[in-house]
Amino acid sequence: MSRAGVIRLAVVVGAVGLLEIICRTGVISHRILIAPSEMAAAMWQIVASGEANADMARTFGTVIVSVVISTVLGLAAGLVVHAHPRLRQALDPFFATYYAVPVFIFYPVMIALFGLSVVPVILMGVAASAVAVIIATLNGLDRIPRVLTEVSRAHHMGALDTALQLKLPAAAPYFFAGLKLAVTYGFIAVIASEFILAPAGLGHAIAFAYNDFNNRQMYGLMLLLLIVATVVNMALHHVEQTLLRRRGRLA
Amino acid sequence: MTAAPGDVHARLAGVTRVYPGGSGRPPVHALGPVDLELRKGEFFAVVGPSGCGKSTLLEVLAGLQPASAGTVTFEGRAVAGEVPDGIGVVFQEDASFPWLTVYDNAAFGLRRAGTDAAEVKRRVDDALAFMGLKDFAGAYPAQLSGGMRQRVCIARTLVMQPRLILLDEPFGALDAQTRLLMGDEVLRLWRRTGATVFLITHALDEAAMLSDRIGAMSARPGRFLDIIETRWPRERDSTVVGEPAFGAVTGRLWENLRGESLKSLGHAGTGRA
Repeated sequence: MSRAGVIRLAVVVGAVGLLEIICRTGVISHRILIAPSEMAAAMWQIVASGEANADMARTFGTVIVSVVISTVLGLAAGLVVHAHPRLRQALDPFFATYYAVPVFIFYPVMIALFGLSVVPVILMGVAASAVAVIIATLNGLDRIPRVLTEVSRAHHMGALDTALQLKLPAAAPYFFAGLKLAVTYGFIAVIASEFILAPAGLGHAIAFAYNDFNNRQMYGLMLLLLIVATVVNMALHHVEQTLLRRRGRLA
Repeated sequence: MTAAPGDVHARLAGVTRVYPGGSGRPPVHALGPVDLELRKGEFFAVVGPSGCGKSTLLEVLAGLQPASAGTVTFEGRAVAGEVPDGIGVVFQEDASFPWLTVYDNAAFGLRRAGTDAAEVKRRVDDALAFMGLKDFAGAYPAQLSGGMRQRVCIARTLVMQPRLILLDEPFGALDAQTRLLMGDEVLRLWRRTGATVFLITHALDEAAMLSDRIGAMSARPGRFLDIIETRWPRERDSTVVGEPAFGAVTGRLWENLRGESLKSLGHAGTGRA
């Protein structure tokens, strides 16, 4: 492990250790915050008992569906917008300011339209993540060297072949950065939507435990979510680093 | 200079290229009129001042750009709108695909063409061995030097067995010594394939060392001022730079180009200043 990695690990271990001491010595009330070791035990109990399996399946399934839809839509939209400079000129201001708009204000509208089902949650996930994919795709396509377009013509490649075999692979590291963001935004949107109003899901289960003053359940579920989100992000980061290393963009 | 009809591999007749203006800008007359007959199997180089339309000439010949006037033919057929089969292009910039290994880069065109896997392997192995890249087949372009990456691009062109190879300043980004060595490799490639080679370069010594004939172009709009025959033997390499005739060729090229280069830099007059 690198020196920076050792320091990073020490910071996390130190922070968790400090929290453990503060909680165990009663500096923070048990009714407000439980010790990390207790959170871990609660999480293990939740996982082992299978009591949250249905909620986990719903939440992670919703995140996956949202990210897949965002990825397909974002990639396609990115390719189309990039191919039409006037459309790009017209839409660029919307992309630039999109994340200044709190899309959550539309959640009640989605519920009114589609009912209290998984659909509004998926739509919120897509609304939160698709534009990140579009922006990353455009950014990647902008950086493709002109010579690759000439190579595609020298190999008699049509628009679709050029997009699939040259443009997308060439833009892959940038696209991957967008995918990472999409997963993060997708998680946030899905959990937050479930937290606000949903009949099931981990966000709903956390909110339920919160209202029930069930700290063990609430912190156990929160830790589970944190671990899953971190592992997914680390896996994506690893793939991104591998792509960049192949292209000599990392030391 | 006119070749016998059977010897002509590609012909440009009265070719001009004018880029249309727009938003209040006038059209730019980049090239021509140019007349040229490329002989089958010759090594022809084009030199000229910066911005004289050398790369435009290559792109028009390759079918990557349309001629505004005149005709371009390759093996007797008109070149129009797309790169004809039998023409391979190596670009000035690094055009290797960074997401593919050296082997997959070289195999790209063959796989697209649906070539049988055994034949792909045979041709790619052969091209990589010829270009000295056999031991780097599994490497990615980022792991190679600039010269090696350019060799990957040449290998990708070579496997398609082109009959006319167009090289657009392929060594422009390399240092002088590597360029000399790459020149030797291109000469080996030329001899082995028997292809016609059309090289664009800004380096007079490179053109003089490699070519059978050299076309010296004027400042924009580029036209041929002179076509010089070097009369080197086919079995030659970079050691020709030590020949007395080498100095005579480069001297004649510079005599043609000095005034044009000054013009392209914005200096008026005859270039005798």
